[in-house]
Amino acid sequence: MQSAEQQKAFTSQEAAPQWWQETRAAAWERYNAAPLPARDDERWRFSDIAAITLDGYNLKGADGQPVDGAGVAALSPFTKTKYAASLTFVNNRLAHRAPLPGDLATKGVIFCPLDEAIEKYPQHIQAYLQKHDVALGSEKFTALNTALTTSGALLYVPKGVTIATPLLLKHIAAGDATSVYPHTLVILEDNARATLVEYFASAEPGARHFASGVNDLHAGPGAHLTYIGAQTWSTNTLAFQTNSIVAQRDARILSLNVHLGGRLARHESHSRLQGPGAHSEMLALTVATGAQKFDQRTLQTHQAPNTSSNLLYKNALLDTAKTIFSGLIVVEPDAQKTDAYQSNRNLMLSDDAESNSLPGLEIQANDVRCTHGSTSARIPAEQEFYLQSRGIDPKSAHELLVAGFFEEVLAKLENEEIQTALRAMIEGKFKK
Amino acid sequence: MQPLEQPTAPDAQEAAQAAAIGIDQSAGDFSYDIKYDYDAGNGLTENTVRYISAVKKEAPWILDFRLNALKTFLAKPLPTHWATRDLENIDFEKIRYYLAQGQKPKRTWDEVPEDIKKTFERLGIPEQERKYLAGVEAQFDSEAAYSNVKEIVAKQGVIFMNSTEALREHPEIFRKWFGKVIPTSDNKFSALNSAVFSGGSFIYVPPGVKVAQPLQAYFRINAENFGQFERTLIICDEGSEVTYMEGCTAPKFSTATLHSAVVELVALKGAKIQYITVQNWASNVYNLVTKRGLAQEDAEIKWIDCNIGSRLTMKYPGVVLKGRRARGEVISIALANDGQHQDTGAKMIHAADETTSTIVSKSISVGQGRATYRGQVYIPKHLKGCKNNTECDALLINTNSRTDTYPAITVRGDKHATQHEASVSKVSEEMIFYMQQRGLTEAQAMSLAVNGFINDLANQFPMEYSVELKRLIELEMEGSVG
Repeated sequence: MQSAEQQKAFTSQEAAPQWWQETRAAAWERYNAAPLPARDDERWRFSDIAAITLDGYNLKGADGQPVDGAGVAALSPFTKTKYAASLTFVNNRLAHRAPLPGDLATKGVIFCPLDEAIEKYPQHIQAYLQKHDVALGSEKFTALNTALTTSGALLYVPKGVTIATPLLLKHIAAGDATSVYPHTLVILEDNARATLVEYFASAEPGARHFASGVNDLHAGPGAHLTYIGAQTWSTNTLAFQTNSIVAQRDARILSLNVHLGGRLARHESHSRLQGPGAHSEMLALTVATGAQKFDQRTLQTHQAPNTSSNLLYKNALLDTAKTIFSGLIVVEPDAQKTDAYQSNRNLMLSDDAESNSLPGLEIQANDVRCTHGSTSARIPAEQEFYLQSRGIDPKSAHELLVAGFFEEVLAKLENEEIQTALRAMIEGKFKK
Repeated sequence: MQPLEQPTAPDAQEAAQAAAIGIDQSAGDFSYDIKYDYDAGNGLTENTVRYISAVKKEAPWILDFRLNALKTFLAKPLPTHWATRDLENIDFEKIRYYLAQGQKPKRTWDEVPEDIKKTFERLGIPEQERKYLAGVEAQFDSEAAYSNVKEIVAKQGVIFMNSTEALREHPEIFRKWFGKVIPTSDNKFSALNSAVFSGGSFIYVPPGVKVAQPLQAYFRINAENFGQFERTLIICDEGSEVTYMEGCTAPKFSTATLHSAVVELVALKGAKIQYITVQNWASNVYNLVTKRGLAQEDAEIKWIDCNIGSRLTMKYPGVVLKGRRARGEVISIALANDGQHQDTGAKMIHAADETTSTIVSKSISVGQGRATYRGQVYIPKHLKGCKNNTECDALLINTNSRTDTYPAITVRGDKHATQHEASVSKVSEEMIFYMQQRGLTEAQAMSLAVNGFINDLANQFPMEYSVELKRLIELEMEGSVG
């Protein structure tokens, strides 16, 4: 039904170089060939397969007039966060750009839309874009992203360059039945340092949106990368997002994903520890309310000796919400002295909420320290009673308790402005 | 008749391996050349099922049950979308589904045919019985060769017989629960068992009766290419208690052997069942077993499951906590040596308020052995006060040993508490060094460390089993280091 011509028309191929057109065409074929998730696929265990349909979405992007970029900027909770540069995409088009300060550009830092990067820096794109499959089940949606994305960005930091203030990326979906395809590629060369904040949101709270986001995060030897992804899609959004994280020798990557929006939001994150001394800190905070479904799948693959990873995913569940956490630590045969931890904590705040936890390990080396833990529990009645006895109503009590529950994760961020913005964003969900 | 040697000489590597591992398998690694009076031949068709049912002179409802199960078995795919693809190596056409020498189990030891007697004497069954068992049943291939329950226990009204006899003589007791805890369609192998089951123990303990000594069953595979499909059903009436133990061995043939049992436990109000397994099948047996218990109000079911033998074991003992305050517990010990995959775990289905469950799993992977923990904990909504605690610890001995953990925990509602913890570790070099410094060899030190790792669980076994288990582990550990 969807022909190659259609895909071409969607992405105005004429302007793009030949190699990129071919990449896109191949991805489009993969998308069409891949079936929708099936019930007997273990990677989709407990998922609400029936709720996953692309029917009725305008897959090519958006209908109607483009939205005013300055107007949607107000949606961002990061307005008070100091940043070095920013890119805002609305319905897959660049709507606003705050370019890099001159000194960083002189040092060779690149922060530009993907289209521009394909033209000007094909070597980076060809070397790193989707070189490591996340391999957690969303291949069909990832392929769709590659075939159609026009709202991506490249961040490239050369050897030894440190960017002290965060970089900001915003992706906004507006209008009805709109689809967006955020695609972010981060390359940190040896000993480079950077923080990237990526924000995903719907312009209208109840609009029907489809999002399929992909990002590749590469930290070269000794590089330090902090990545924060925060989404407040509309409560009627079907959202997929994949993170592919690669850490080379002595690199450190901290990734924090905050999930607040979506009807059904699935997030897949795969860390590959490829060189000795590499470390990946994988964090996530989710507030699941109403009938929201959050589906989080993770992999920590230790491919080299002396690597470490630490995963902490916290979910607060209210109303009839449902969460799935499925994580796996894989220690490959030569990855001796691996130190890996994986923890999923579910705070049950409603009698109708459901949490599913599948914390897994696959260990093929013997000199390792791998542990995982999973808990699902409510707040002790005494704590709730204590707050109520001080005149705090149950809803506010929940908000306070969730804030306390999440603080352990937020405290891991060095940038206080980002901490404050995320706290406000989480509080905002309770105000609705 | 003389014991047969192994049909094919193991290659040099295997011999060296066996020497290194020690005599773990040797206690069971012998077979006798038996002339079978009843043989359903190789392969599985409707005629096989009808043959088994006819030989057993079964009631028509049982034949219907078997034929339906056969259909289910044929219709179900192998569960390789989550399980190991090693399952595809089972050749269902080559397996012999029913082999028996006679239809009636012997009640006294003297009546047992000489060569079968020799088998069980070599394995020490009669001494065990005299020592401390309340009853014993010994199954040789498809049928029970010997079955005896002490008079004092029989007088209390305890029924302990094999599945064929029990369904014939006490359908009023057993039919009600037969196939109810584990429905035929539960999985492909429970369906297979339901189609061709033979042997196994059916036990009924009347209200209030506490069987002081354990009942025991012993399972023995003697023939090559044979599939053993015993069926066990234990019903403990209100307030009663029983401990049941089973052991299994087989000689090592050149081709794979299949053991696929279904074990159902029913603990009525306030009853307690403890089910202990020490599985030491030869290292080419596929051991695919479905075990589940149903615990009513205030009842308690405890599975103690120890897997040392077999090529591939897939076994996840479960408890359905059906009545208020019911308790379920699984204690699992698995040891996977070269060429072995122990895929074990537990299933806890909470279906009533204030039910609690505990899972403790410890696995040891030696050489290229692979130990897998797979678990499911399910707490539906509108229940309150349910608790689960799961702990799985894995110990890896060699650099190429492997362990996996795949738990799944579903909790609905905010009135419960679940906890899951797992860890993977190796024996610390300091610990080994310390022991070596006190004059132990490296192997002795390793064996001591491993026994220490499982000590708190091994102590929950009855004395004899606990000693046996420790000895088996010592033997398995020999030659694994250095």
